[in-house]
Amino acid sequence: MPVKINLPQVGESVTEGIIGKWLKKVGDTVDRYEPLVEVTTDKVNMEFPSPYNGKLTALLVKEGDTVAMGAPIAEMETSEAVAEAQLSAYTPARQERATTPVGRTGVLLKDTRPVGPTGSGVETPVSESAVAVAPSVSAVTSAQMPSSPAPAVEAARGGQRYSPIVRSLAEQHGVDLAQVKGSGLDGRVTREDVARYVEQRAAALAKAPALAAPAGQAAGPDEEAVPLTPIRRIIAENMMKSATQIPQAWSALEVDVTSLVARRESAKDEFLGREGVPLTYLPFVMKAVAESLKENPRVNSTWGGDKVILKKRIHIGIAVATSQGLVVPVIHNTDSMSIAGLAKASNEIIQRARDGKLRLEDVHGGTFTLNNTGVLGSILTQPLINWPQAAILTTEAIVKRVMVLPGDAIAVRSMMYIGLTFDHRILDGADAGAFMNSVKRRLEAISKDTAIY
Amino acid sequence: MAVKSVIEAVREAMFEEMKRDPNVFIMGEDVGKRGGVFLATRGLIEEFGEERVIDTPLAESSIAGIALGAAMQGRRPIAEIQFADFIWPAVNQIIGEAARVRYGTKGVLHVPMVVRCPYGGGVRGGLFHSQSPEAYFAHTPGLKVVCPSTPYDAKGLLKAAIRDEDPVVFFEHKRTYRLVRGEVPDEEYVLPIGVADIKRAGSDITCISYGLMVHYCLEAAEMLAKEGVNVEVLDLRTVRPLDKEAILESVRKTSRVLIVHEDNRTGGLGAEVAAIIAEEAFGHLDAPITRVTGPDVPAMPFSPPLEDFFMPNPEKIAAGLRRVASY
Repeated sequence: MPVKINLPQVGESVTEGIIGKWLKKVGDTVDRYEPLVEVTTDKVNMEFPSPYNGKLTALLVKEGDTVAMGAPIAEMETSEAVAEAQLSAYTPARQERATTPVGRTGVLLKDTRPVGPTGSGVETPVSESAVAVAPSVSAVTSAQMPSSPAPAVEAARGGQRYSPIVRSLAEQHGVDLAQVKGSGLDGRVTREDVARYVEQRAAALAKAPALAAPAGQAAGPDEEAVPLTPIRRIIAENMMKSATQIPQAWSALEVDVTSLVARRESAKDEFLGREGVPLTYLPFVMKAVAESLKENPRVNSTWGGDKVILKKRIHIGIAVATSQGLVVPVIHNTDSMSIAGLAKASNEIIQRARDGKLRLEDVHGGTFTLNNTGVLGSILTQPLINWPQAAILTTEAIVKRVMVLPGDAIAVRSMMYIGLTFDHRILDGADAGAFMNSVKRRLEAISKDTAIY
Repeated sequence: MAVKSVIEAVREAMFEEMKRDPNVFIMGEDVGKRGGVFLATRGLIEEFGEERVIDTPLAESSIAGIALGAAMQGRRPIAEIQFADFIWPAVNQIIGEAARVRYGTKGVLHVPMVVRCPYGGGVRGGLFHSQSPEAYFAHTPGLKVVCPSTPYDAKGLLKAAIRDEDPVVFFEHKRTYRLVRGEVPDEEYVLPIGVADIKRAGSDITCISYGLMVHYCLEAAEMLAKEGVNVEVLDLRTVRPLDKEAILESVRKTSRVLIVHEDNRTGGLGAEVAAIIAEEAFGHLDAPITRVTGPDVPAMPFSPPLEDFFMPNPEKIAAGLRRVASY
């Protein structure tokens, strides 16, 4: 049978050899171990002996050729069984057999018969024993593969588990990960998926017909096209939703805040010295609103299509004007805080809003919105509801006015309008009035004894 | 610039440093008349004489021990351990003593010695000519451990190691000696120890390795490039101290990591690199940190098919990269 002769590995760091003189020529009969060819390497010079008895049929490389270790250099015709060659060559056929799964690892005792003088030996057919080696190799193969990320895969399958980078990107861009289609293992959302989603969302927002200029309309000669900032886009989107999806009604009434002004005057200097934050009217109003929401739970709700969904927690958002635009940070569980606590919490969150350092949780979860338009000098404002809430309350500028008191006495009082825009699907005018009167009653009941802490 | 092999680069580094500094000398088994088993020191005894190129008995503890003593006296010995597999008798001298001299004497003494070790498999060397013991030394404070992959790096880092004031264990992958060729500048240069090198820039996966495996990682990266995955290959070059910043910077860029080494899996360098990433770049990860390594078996098998099974290769690394990429 014909066999190939390969250049053997000589020396551990040697990767190639230079073919010297061929000591045999094609047609020569060669004995095993007879020198065949001279090989020169960086490290050693040697005569390479023939591995077989046989006849040399072809020389595959010329004298002076540089040949990689293991490459074929000649062909021989031999009558020998070339078992040795098959053992030393790592042929694909052998590899295949090694990975063929075998159902058992040995020979069952009942399948053997006693051999040898003591009758204790186990005779196993040769072919069986060759196969029996295989499973241990395939077992090690699987053990050595790169550690499988199996536990994480399970988690991804089981629920919404996201990698750290995916979480932080989602937070950074305000992405609801449930909306993102995953391209990773078992549909896992990858970093690239989030990036793609953010890109597509921005592109879609830019194209949205309700928000963009009518198709074909470009800035004219005396006009300037100002590109939308991301926050402007989101405001626009929310306002469109509010204006188009909620039938809104509006109502206002007047509150006498003379005693509130007095209470704040008496406490503000000490409060600033002690707490380091100013005491404004906002925490007083927030507390009154939170309590009134408890008393009028339908105001703290959202429209659910075929039902009204009441919110058990009271999380009041505060509309804050920033250089970037309007943002509404939320003070969670507003009803559980004292006036001092609200002063500190609102001061901190408003500051963060103005510094552009709001976290995702700072703007999420609001159930009702408070809009202190009084700081703008406004005395009546008709705001749009912060979709999908049920109502929004404005507090207007506090102004001194000559008022007629019970008993027809005339006095100068500090007066403030409050206005409520409400979802007329959820609330009627009477509900809105009840809620506003609840706020009014609480604000007017504030006295010099009202606790700040 | 000339194209040279790793072994030539190693030889040149020693030659130049011995020329430059008469305190530099070499000792080891067969390093003199025979020029070293890999011919790394060929020609040096002719140039520098047998007082500076010293043939030693087959006793690694004394090779390292004498080098240690000479270094403490101000000489700059290069101790060659013929095969890294033979280093164990010298471990007490290197880890027990040399690594601690500066610390133990409050800086009065220090050990400017280099221990050169040809290491690694894939050369049909069997149990005693194939091992990768770098992790044992990388565990030891007081040592520097270098594992270069290219002729350029080998020369620049070996020169730095010889000039270093503290002990450096310098692992040369014997498979790279004559397999890997690359450009080496004609003018003199030294590379800083402890600085990793991006051998291939990429954006999708960071593939971290050192030594011979860097070349296999580069081959695997090319395979993945055809599949649309852009792999960055980071060559650590020094495994102690690790270049943390380079590791973290690359991971922050790609969010996915495959670590490759030939050494056994458990407690290998990959474990340390993975821990650094987990501790300091967790927030940037998008896939499990994954390793392709030699298996936990006691030594390199002699049988060629089993050795091929043991050694990571471009196909196995590409499979690992695909796994990380598809997560």
